[in-house]
Amino acid sequence: MLVIKNLQASIEDKQILKGIDLTVKPGEVHAIMGPNGSGKSTLSAVLTGNPAYTVTGGSVEFYGKDLLALSPEDRAHEGLFLSFQYPVEIPGVSMVNFMRTALNEKRKYFGQEPLSAADFLKIMREKRSIVQLDNKLASRAVNEGFSGGEKKRNEIFQMAMLEPKLSILDETDSGLDIDALRIVASGVNTLKSKDNATIVITHYQRLLDYIKPDFVHVLYKGRIVMSAGPELALELEEKGYDWIKEQVDSQQ
Amino acid sequence: MNALKQYIDLYDQHRDAIEQQSPALLNTLRRLARERLEGARLPRKGSEDYEATDLEAVFGHDYGVNVNRLPFDADPAEAFHCDVPNMSTCLYYNSNDAFHSSATAERNIGQVVVEPFSMAAEDYPDLMKAYLGQLANMDDPTVALNSLLLQDGLFIYVPDGVVAERPIQLVNIFNAALDMMAQRRLLIIVGKNAAVKLLACDHTQSADYRYLSNQVIEIVAMQGATVDYYDMEESTPGTSRVSSIYVDQHEGSNVLIDGITLTNGFTRNNYHVEVNGEHAETQLLGMTIASGEQHVDSHTFISHNMPRCHSNEMFKYVLNDNAVGAFAGKILVKPSCPRVEAYQGNRNLCGAPTAKMYTKPQLEIYTDDVMCSHGSAVGQLDEEALFYMRTRGIGIDEARRLLMQAFVADVIDGVRLDALKDRLHYLVEKRFAGTLSNCSGCLAACRN
Repeated sequence: MLVIKNLQASIEDKQILKGIDLTVKPGEVHAIMGPNGSGKSTLSAVLTGNPAYTVTGGSVEFYGKDLLALSPEDRAHEGLFLSFQYPVEIPGVSMVNFMRTALNEKRKYFGQEPLSAADFLKIMREKRSIVQLDNKLASRAVNEGFSGGEKKRNEIFQMAMLEPKLSILDETDSGLDIDALRIVASGVNTLKSKDNATIVITHYQRLLDYIKPDFVHVLYKGRIVMSAGPELALELEEKGYDWIKEQVDSQQ
Repeated sequence: MNALKQYIDLYDQHRDAIEQQSPALLNTLRRLARERLEGARLPRKGSEDYEATDLEAVFGHDYGVNVNRLPFDADPAEAFHCDVPNMSTCLYYNSNDAFHSSATAERNIGQVVVEPFSMAAEDYPDLMKAYLGQLANMDDPTVALNSLLLQDGLFIYVPDGVVAERPIQLVNIFNAALDMMAQRRLLIIVGKNAAVKLLACDHTQSADYRYLSNQVIEIVAMQGATVDYYDMEESTPGTSRVSSIYVDQHEGSNVLIDGITLTNGFTRNNYHVEVNGEHAETQLLGMTIASGEQHVDSHTFISHNMPRCHSNEMFKYVLNDNAVGAFAGKILVKPSCPRVEAYQGNRNLCGAPTAKMYTKPQLEIYTDDVMCSHGSAVGQLDEEALFYMRTRGIGIDEARRLLMQAFVADVIDGVRLDALKDRLHYLVEKRFAGTLSNCSGCLAACRN
């Protein structure tokens, strides 16, 4: 579904991604790990079309379409979702209004009629239970005053509502206690199917105990420098990144 | 050039005609105004308190004045189906410069008095004499001009202890088939422990002519009175408005003034609140949504003359295209007024690099033991929030609209009339969506 070739990107003239190659197929879970500043979050930002970043080379195909040519909203309609590392607070916009607008914009994109209020609320109720999101949170402004754990659960709730084909979870485990981590991970696992895929960006093995990856990639200095099976995550947990850094740096 | 001169000359030439058709009380005021206008000039852009606004240019256009009180044949009630959903009001129309009452005007009869000055001068001569022109300051040439040319106004009186069951709604309409200036005037007296909610809506029906509304509103809130005055403008690019609201608050009174501009041409709103009794509460709210070439300038002054009062002021502007907004607010706490709490805020969103906002928050405090704050900010839409919404599939235009709506939501929530609050959320949504056409969006025509 996703084919990334030699992707390069910069922010304010600083080159962050220096040639990423990655292929994701339906049903797969990919973990992207790597030390701080290696470009993990930049990759998710570029894939979702954050205007702060400039693509300087390479290509990204999503189900055969040139993803980079699409606006962020159209990427979402086509089935791309990003769970933010730092979900944004939007005072004054209620979760209900936010989600209803999002769902109806998607329906409009596919030439469908807007959802009725009753249908929408039914879906909302259903999906909320997946991440045990309180009804009170759903009636509040988007992420405003939510705790760290609530924000991340809210991200997964939105993912459940939008039913993406490819979800990128950017450091979804950061700031979560162990109970919240379980809830979030079980939410992700509930939504997993043979038709959708997940890219998990994380520092730690911890989240991967709950969301089992098929592939683990190490990102360093803007490139994927190592790819292997889930055992790589365990090795990284034990040995850290230094051995990979040394290996890469000595090759240069 | 002196724009005032054409109107003063007009008065001098038609003095007899004007006076014959007005109650004697107004003519007394008129003579005073004439004296005050001798040698007076309208402020130009750049003069004090007019940093962004040129009144000389606004009044300089050759507007017609309905000196001979010719009736405009259109019956405003026929043109409008007026109703805010779920709100039953007592409805009055001001068509150009003449009052009409509608069938629903009868609803508060027996409790609340609403009648033109011409009647009130006979029915309530003492009140009229005691209060008309007492608050409005004729040092302001627009106020003096209003007094000079005024031939009628609306007198609203809520006697002591009376709580008006229904809101009073006044729909001001411009529909004359010529360029015209109207002097509009309200005198609102709310007695001890009485309560009333008022909603004034300014509309322009014809986009083909230029209109100028020069209005003066005097509000007296007696001891323990509660007064809400909502003032909403939905006019046209060809409509200018200069409005001055003067408020006198007595002990324990609670006054809310809310000025809303959704569409207009040029608007200058002055708010002058004198807090003359202890334990009085003042809410002064403003919301402006402007695009195209709209110009909205608000000037506020709250004077805390007594201790232990509380005022809260918040004005929000959303400006797009070439719109110009201005806010100047001053809170004065006089000596020996301990325990005053006064807060002032002005927040502005410039949605386009060509939109301009001028802001000047001011506090002047002469007592130690008070809690006061003022703050002003001009900003753009939050890029991070925009991107976040877009990743959820919400298109850029829709995302901008949601954020702009969210920005003004709290000012709308300050409205103490639920039906109006709901209606405002709806109107603002339509305004940002660009589907608020002048008449279809107007409160008065909401069944269209």
